Amino acid sequence: MPFGFFLKEAFRGLSRNSAPGLAALLTVMLTALVLGVFIPIVQATTGTANEVRGRVAVDVYVTSGATAAEREQLRQAIERTANVRSVDFISKAEGLREAKQKNPGAFAEGTELLGGNPLPDTFRVLPEDPDRVGAIVDRLAPREPSGERVPSLAGIDEVRNKESDTDKILSATGLVKILTAGLAALLIFASVALVANTIRLSVFSRRREVEVMKLVGATNWFIRWPFVIEGIFVGFMGGVLAVLLLTIAKETFIDPLSERFELLAAPETIDFPLLIVLLLVACVAVSAVGSAITLRRFLRV
Amino acid sequence: MTTTRLRSLPARAPSGATLPATPPAPRQTGAPVVELRDVSKIYGGGSVGLEQASMKISRGEFVFLVGATGCGKSTCIRLLMKELEPSAGSILIAGKDLDDVGPKQVALLRRNIGTVFQDYKLLPNRTVYDNVAYSLQVIGEPRQEIRRKVPDILRLVGLSTKLHNFPDQLSGGEQQRVSIARAFVNHPPLLLADEPTGNLDPETSIGIMQLIYRINRTGTTVIVATHDKEMVDKMRRRVIELREGRIVRDELSGLYRPDESTTEFAVRLRGEMGVGAEGHPN
Repeated sequence: MPFGFFLKEAFRGLSRNSAPGLAALLTVMLTALVLGVFIPIVQATTGTANEVRGRVAVDVYVTSGATAAEREQLRQAIERTANVRSVDFISKAEGLREAKQKNPGAFAEGTELLGGNPLPDTFRVLPEDPDRVGAIVDRLAPREPSGERVPSLAGIDEVRNKESDTDKILSATGLVKILTAGLAALLIFASVALVANTIRLSVFSRRREVEVMKLVGATNWFIRWPFVIEGIFVGFMGGVLAVLLLTIAKETFIDPLSERFELLAAPETIDFPLLIVLLLVACVAVSAVGSAITLRRFLRV
Repeated sequence: MTTTRLRSLPARAPSGATLPATPPAPRQTGAPVVELRDVSKIYGGGSVGLEQASMKISRGEFVFLVGATGCGKSTCIRLLMKELEPSAGSILIAGKDLDDVGPKQVALLRRNIGTVFQDYKLLPNRTVYDNVAYSLQVIGEPRQEIRRKVPDILRLVGLSTKLHNFPDQLSGGEQQRVSIARAFVNHPPLLLADEPTGNLDPETSIGIMQLIYRINRTGTTVIVATHDKEMVDKMRRRVIELREGRIVRDELSGLYRPDESTTEFAVRLRGEMGVGAEGHPN
């Protein structure tokens, strides 16, 4: 069918019926704006939560008399254990240096008093899935019926994972992740519903027109195309306006700040160009499909 | 009157009130354009729109559907456009059963039926020109053809000076002329008019009816649902009278109501007020 005609019809509809069209455009713009702000926030939050979870580790203390060969054997045994992502060896000396850095006063004094390095050689084991870190501990040092943990491999003195800290980290970050995911889902649903409803309103205000077109003998697609084109245009314009505002906000507020504050430059957030494309596509799709679906009701004459 | 456009014109074109007592016999050729076979329409809730109505209307006929409000005239028109589905019976248009017309073909059916309504049903945000052009655009007419035909038909209905006005800038009569132009611009074989003069004064009504009559004279079958007594009586065309969904009269050159004297009317008036023998059922 003549595309030019449909295009002309769509713009006639927009210019002669500008109030509902403008309302739809503004709605699209505002929801896109909110989504555009919220998506990076959600990502930064879950990114931070994941980072915190990444710190969950199991420390395997090596018996003090172990030879280099025994140590190597132990490392390989640990690496073969399920759910282990990486194994780092931290020697006594390194361990002390690390500890001194964290807490200079106490350790300097402590070593002096003890007359030597009290720390054991340590394997720091990072789990694949922090939620199942307990399994690693159980594997390396199964709990005896008496309640005591006994190492299962030769050369292990003790296995520790700061259980209470780990539990806190896991439950807190888990909650944060669930909350942000729920919020994101809610927001996306609200945006789609809001845009769809405004589009419905603008189509509804012209239902009589649609009825007349049907009576004159127009086919459904003949009537539908101009509305779909209108929807695409409204969605695109709303999306472009939102993206413009987002860009301005990013350039003027976020970028200068992120140079000073590491946190704002969260590493795992979406690329800005990708965000723009996603928002535009979503705006156009929701408003075009919304127009077509709403029309269906009035086309049944 | 632009007689050059009219096909098979009788020797002297009768006009307005001086129509001959015996109208030219309708051309009975081929299958009827419209045929109703025992058609009933019961609306949801049980109210009767049409009850076992049968009629045949041949090509080129001019038919009045008359009767009081709620007698089934509009139901009949809407059934013919497939805006409604009959509850029973079958409707044939040009020999084709409307039951066999699928939802996708309804548009094609309607392109062959011109329609005129009491409330004009014009597209409010289009000019007169665009309103008429729309029904040509719908059938995919090329632009040059539209540019040629639309001013032509608007000249015919006498609106050549108001091409670029919007419907709300026109009088009722002018709006109805636009809707007639729209209905006839692609020369459909059938024209349906539902109370075309219902909102208009008698003087304007004559002009509108004149237009419809002229369309009929080009060979188009015309069905007019009306309660405009004066018009029916003057035109002396075929009259089909409906009462509570039933066809009670079908005369080739009828009056709105068979002749009755003032005294007969007085009797009926009194009867319908209370205890009449042939009274209203209420």
